[in-house]
Amino acid sequence: MTTLAAAAGTEAAPEPAEASGPRRSFGRYLAGKVLGALGSLLFVLVVNFFLFRVLPGDPARSLTRGRVVSKEQMDAFREQYGLDQPLAQQFLTYLKNTAQGDLGVSIRYNVPVSELIVDRMWPTIALVGVSTLLATVIGVYLGMVSAWRRGGGFDRFSTGITLTLYSMPEWWLGLLLIAGLSVGFGPLPGIFPTGGLNSIDADPSSLSGMLDSAWHLTLPVITLTLAYLAEYSLIMRSSLLDELGENYLTTARAKGLRDVEVRRRHAVPNALLPTTTLAALNIGFVVSGAITIETIFSIPGLGLLSYEALSIPDYDVLQGTFLLASGAVIVANLVANLIYGVLDPRVRT
Amino acid sequence: MDHLLELDGLSVSYRTADGPLPAVRGVDLVVDAGEVVGIAGESGCGKSTLASTVLRLQPKDAVVEGEVLVAGRDVLTMGWGDLRALRWAEASIVFQGALHSLNPVRRIETQIAEPIQLHEPGLSTAEVTARVGELLEQVGIPAARSRVYPHQLSGGQRQRVMIAMALACRPQLIVADEPTTALDVMVQAQILDLISGLVKDLGVGMLIISHDLSVLSDVCDRVAVMYAGRVVECGSAEQVFRAPAHPYAKALAQAFPRVGDPAARYAPAGLAGDPPDPHAPPPGCTFEPRCTLAVDACREAEPPLLDIGGRQSACIRVGAA
Repeated sequence: MTTLAAAAGTEAAPEPAEASGPRRSFGRYLAGKVLGALGSLLFVLVVNFFLFRVLPGDPARSLTRGRVVSKEQMDAFREQYGLDQPLAQQFLTYLKNTAQGDLGVSIRYNVPVSELIVDRMWPTIALVGVSTLLATVIGVYLGMVSAWRRGGGFDRFSTGITLTLYSMPEWWLGLLLIAGLSVGFGPLPGIFPTGGLNSIDADPSSLSGMLDSAWHLTLPVITLTLAYLAEYSLIMRSSLLDELGENYLTTARAKGLRDVEVRRRHAVPNALLPTTTLAALNIGFVVSGAITIETIFSIPGLGLLSYEALSIPDYDVLQGTFLLASGAVIVANLVANLIYGVLDPRVRT
Repeated sequence: MDHLLELDGLSVSYRTADGPLPAVRGVDLVVDAGEVVGIAGESGCGKSTLASTVLRLQPKDAVVEGEVLVAGRDVLTMGWGDLRALRWAEASIVFQGALHSLNPVRRIETQIAEPIQLHEPGLSTAEVTARVGELLEQVGIPAARSRVYPHQLSGGQRQRVMIAMALACRPQLIVADEPTTALDVMVQAQILDLISGLVKDLGVGMLIISHDLSVLSDVCDRVAVMYAGRVVECGSAEQVFRAPAHPYAKALAQAFPRVGDPAARYAPAGLAGDPPDPHAPPPGCTFEPRCTLAVDACREAEPPLLDIGGRQSACIRVGAA
């Protein structure tokens, strides 16, 4: 065996050095991704600031809502909001305030934007978070079973349904469900509330009030789940089909594993990689809210907040929600990269 | 005494839209302990299909007839539980293209440990880890490298990992399907050295599949040459490689010029034509359309595999040239 070892030695010699070890390479991978995310965040801050400065319209004038005001009053407004300062100075102030968590004041509600956002975040997180979770679990399961029974009845049924849902605009699906299940259809009475987060007489802080909110959220959650799950199902199906053709599954079967174990230990974890990325990325969209769904169901979340702010326009609120949405996507992207780095050693090198 | 592996009248055909497509047609073959048997032949001759039947790993659309006896038990008819217990513990496979045959996102130690844990559930984690380390050292990879992933290894090292994995449950029989095909010549020689050494040290039997007759002549005791699903020549490696009898075996042997042999170097030896269409084979000998020695009798019936001076050959014209 000594000659064999010597032979192996000569073979190993000309190879690129890989002695750096998995830990160090993961550290480098991590540092690179975090730096990239910080760069994106800075870019978003810049765009976010200048986007609202190049938009047509005068914030001070829109504040007055068309009433007749004197020049002195206008100047006072401009001074109050720092609009009399040079643009560069305004940008620095914006950066400083944002870093301190001060996102400005809503002109509609006359409360700090940060408070408004925190207040409106919970319905959105409940709605989009629960929908994303349900869609991921159900979608992955549907895709998995479809791939195992490719071409079978279940596959054709499931793929047909999910493709239909995928091609349907979510607000249209929402309107159909409201028409069918809330308003009632023909002689059938409506089951679900048509919109809002609470019944008029409910106390949102009590247990019954929370159950009432959950009841109000049911139909929007169903709508969003149906709208989202197609993506997961189709991606899981195709990535599992890709994996099922791989040779290492033959190796696993040759080792004496049961077919179920071959799938569970080898095929499914590898097929889950693309789905994991998708799920992590979509978590980023949770806080930006489902604008259309929140609007048609009148859910007072971040999506509806942005929608309302846009119609005034409430600049500070828009700036705040935009920043939050982009920041969340960047963070989610970073998380997706890190998860992928942990799950798939190939991307680290 | 049962043979380690005995193929008895093995035929495999694939179900296709145009009717059954024969891939292996009536192959008889025996492998004993301590023996390395090679199967040579060009792409599509059925050699990989044959290898896959040893552990009943043939594709779902394959119809298999005949017997595949591993240590006297028929793999093709045994129950699934018995089959799973036999797989890897009694016979294992070194697949070609180790990059794709290893799970890309699992550490090599996990993959080598998997069959050990499956077939010897009584072993402690420490014992399994120790065995994995020994196996890696045995194929010339430092045990300290056990935590790497397949993509961090070179092609030769990955093939070594495949070999270590094949040895994991100390099987009596190892099937190597094109074990060196994707490797460069130097690494190929090292892997072949390793395989010969292991067969000698461990006394296992090995069935090795290759399109490269020179690879087989280096490591094999006996070689069978396949053409269009049949064995057309079978004998000692020396006989088949140095003095092939069947015209196809001759062409195959001449396709690999020997170093230092000017005659082979100056006689460019190729083989005109393509293998026959398996849906419409020629009426007589399947090699007849490409054969330079063919006579009318060759077109009448497929010649049987006959004993000729210590070897077998399926040609009625043996000795004619």
